[in-house]
Amino acid sequence: MNLTLKIWRQKNAKTKGAIETYPVKDISEDMSFLEMLDVLNEQLINDGKEPVAFDHDCREGICGMCSLYINGQAHGPDREITTCQLHMRSFKDGDTIFIEPWRAGAFPVVKDLVTDRSSFDRIMNAGGFVSVNTSGNTIDANAIPVPKVDADKAFDAATCIGCGACVASCKNASAMLFTSAKVSQLALLPQGKVEAHERVMNMVSQMDEEGFGNCTNTGACEVECPKGISLENIARMNREYLSASVGSE
Amino acid sequence: MSLDAKIPEGPIDKKWINHKNNIKLVNPANKRSIDVIVVGTGLAGGSAAASLAEMGYNVKAFCFQDSPRRAHSIAAQGGINAAKNYQNDGDSTYRLFYDTVKGGDYRSREANVYRLAEVSANIIDQCVAQGVPFAREYGGMLDNRSFGGVQVSRTFYAKGQTGQQLLLGAYSAMSRQIGKGKIKMYNRHEMLDLVMVGGKARGIIARNLETGEIERHSAHAVVIASGGYGNVFFLSTNAMGSNVTASWKIHKKGAYFANPCYTQIHPTCIPVSGDHQSKLTLMSESLRNDGRIWVPKKKEDAEAIKAGKLKPTQLAEEDRDYYLERRYPAFGNLVPRDVASRAAKERCDAGFGVNATGEAVYLDFASAIQRYGKEAALVHGHDANDKALVTKLGKEAIKAKYGNLFQMYEKIVAQNPYETPMMIYPAVHYTMGGVWVDYNLMTTIPGCYAAGEANFSDHGANRLGASALMQGLADGYFVLPYTIGDYLADDIRTGEISTDLPEFVQAEKEVKDRLDFFINNKGTHSVDHFHKRLGKVMWDKVGMARNAEGLKEAIAEIRQIRDEFWKDVRVPGDLNEFNQELEKAGRVADFLELAELFAKDALQREESCGGHFREESQTEEGEAKRNDEDFTYVAAWEFTGDPGESKLHKEELKYENIELKQRSYK
Repeated sequence: MNLTLKIWRQKNAKTKGAIETYPVKDISEDMSFLEMLDVLNEQLINDGKEPVAFDHDCREGICGMCSLYINGQAHGPDREITTCQLHMRSFKDGDTIFIEPWRAGAFPVVKDLVTDRSSFDRIMNAGGFVSVNTSGNTIDANAIPVPKVDADKAFDAATCIGCGACVASCKNASAMLFTSAKVSQLALLPQGKVEAHERVMNMVSQMDEEGFGNCTNTGACEVECPKGISLENIARMNREYLSASVGSE
Repeated sequence: MSLDAKIPEGPIDKKWINHKNNIKLVNPANKRSIDVIVVGTGLAGGSAAASLAEMGYNVKAFCFQDSPRRAHSIAAQGGINAAKNYQNDGDSTYRLFYDTVKGGDYRSREANVYRLAEVSANIIDQCVAQGVPFAREYGGMLDNRSFGGVQVSRTFYAKGQTGQQLLLGAYSAMSRQIGKGKIKMYNRHEMLDLVMVGGKARGIIARNLETGEIERHSAHAVVIASGGYGNVFFLSTNAMGSNVTASWKIHKKGAYFANPCYTQIHPTCIPVSGDHQSKLTLMSESLRNDGRIWVPKKKEDAEAIKAGKLKPTQLAEEDRDYYLERRYPAFGNLVPRDVASRAAKERCDAGFGVNATGEAVYLDFASAIQRYGKEAALVHGHDANDKALVTKLGKEAIKAKYGNLFQMYEKIVAQNPYETPMMIYPAVHYTMGGVWVDYNLMTTIPGCYAAGEANFSDHGANRLGASALMQGLADGYFVLPYTIGDYLADDIRTGEISTDLPEFVQAEKEVKDRLDFFINNKGTHSVDHFHKRLGKVMWDKVGMARNAEGLKEAIAEIRQIRDEFWKDVRVPGDLNEFNQELEKAGRVADFLELAELFAKDALQREESCGGHFREESQTEEGEAKRNDEDFTYVAAWEFTGDPGESKLHKEELKYENIELKQRSYK
């Protein structure tokens, strides 16, 4: 199939960007979306032009590195996949496709379609962990039984890949879904309960400091999340936050 | 230099404990004045960085991705082995040790493997304490499953995302130390050379990939945990950015490279669909617990399927060849990866392959769906002869077990694997070879360590499923943090290493000159053009089956491609900016050198063992034939200026606790 691509080009964080138009030909429907961009880049290099910068690594939907806003949707038209898992059979011959970077103040553009998501790392640094040191003497893994329901819910929250689609899709650029996924995972497990209060306060405070917006319960994040992380996690984080705010020591 | 593996004295089950009791320690106050660089933040690097920082060292960690959480360990699907014996099926440290040595086709170092088995149980305890949500049974206890090459259930898992959960555990532990300032994290940085001062590793030169700036970083020790080199084949299950550069740079500075030809070709990957392909996707080995592998028995059926005239579901049971169950009745579909891969290649080469390219076999869940469906029907008091109901219940059971893998398959291939068998074919997945290390994980460069897939130490010539995660975390959490102290104890009075030393200036200049060369070369072909050509040579002549003639041709062709690359590569853009083509150019330049050593190593090893299959060395039945008399050694290569002229050093492997036997899974 032949397509027209409208791609955001921006040299670096300091310069202004603009949409540019590129035609691509003979795209197979078995190609992944990123393989289609590989074809474009090979063409640009052969023409002596600069290839389009975009983030990608594992190309199997788990590393969270790829991050494109395609025709106004994070990770493109399909549900519960990342851009690298999107295949060209989702498009048809003659389509025009708009490709933009994540748009959020807390994710500044590095170049073209590449953004800086280190704000997510800083939220994690503020409390996304259980304070346990490495030692050969932790208690046996089966010493504390964990109800299967809790373990499964914790797992579902823990499958977040930190791609940032939730922030990019949210009209407020809120990072509540991302933050709540980690808060939930650890609050659901006995190992994480000990410092649950401190964790939620620190992570939320860091989230605010990074300039992410507030949550107004529109639910766009859940719809666009490639891993189907549930809004329930935000509700759980709000409960944790409230209990940490009013609870007494 | 002679190779000293520094294996401690004493019986095998006492070696590690005695060693730990006798090596030197660094007291807590002194740790604060010692810096350690860790390159790579996967399971090995992430766990090492976190543990070293907890102990008090100042850690500087580097990754080329935009966050340490994205290292390719994250993509590991199936699970992690540990000798916990929670299933009461006779597992023990010794059995895990034995299975790993046997699985590795008797080409690994006994003492290292025993230690790995010994600390495996601690890994599970540690991860659970960190909040890793492993799969559990209804009673709240941890669940296990079985993997290829073993007869017990010792694999712990978190659906098909075990690597992700373990890596996020290590990343959490790192995050805690980054927050405390004990780890200084350098995201989007790539190590481009090792700096040696007075014969010791004392720092690295790194490029800030965002700004293009070249930076000098000093430390008292350098840990390389940058993963494997499967991308030398261009197409592999590795991430696009996975590369050999850090390992290759230290090799060129004096670290021996061991057994480069030991590559794992994973049997269950989604077949190649066309020339545009950029990577291959793995379907977890755990699928072989329930999936049955087959091809048509008759060639005309295979032809008809290839031509699209026949559907696999139309083929009667007696017209199917379940070739693994036929050839290996004892292990069936759960034979080790190398055996399963070669068997698939054998059938496809003989003309029984099933997709348009003829390079695919079926992985069929139909009988598992019936089996689980019947069980569920009985449990819930339904009619177990109601075919439609049984099929529906069976599909639900399969979905609960492998749902995400089935979804992944459907997205890529556009076929529904609940209705029609999956198509799979082997693909490059893991490299057992790597930087040579001694028992302490130190390379032949003092102060330079290698951990995880980057080193060669534990898997011999073939790695068992769910053992890579185990090794990465064992090295990073439980081995390196102890052994590195033995070396650093002599550095407590050294003080900070200055980056103004002439060695840093020189190394930085060499790095800059090379980058300048790429930008100014203005050739006619992209980096990928050369990488794809290299990959084809490697797959065709240094892939699943190798022979002397093909290997010699490969060496000549690799040299040819390398010469052309340096004359004709085109790298657009500038030095001082985010430039992904420039990053790739450096990595492919290193692959082009490694590839030659890889083929050279395969050529000298005139035996078949594990993932290395020499056509000249096989039994009458076509099984791999080892030659213990002549090849029970580790091939450790010393760089002498040209990869073709590398010098071979042999570390003899001694088997004192396990008898060498021809591997049999029949």
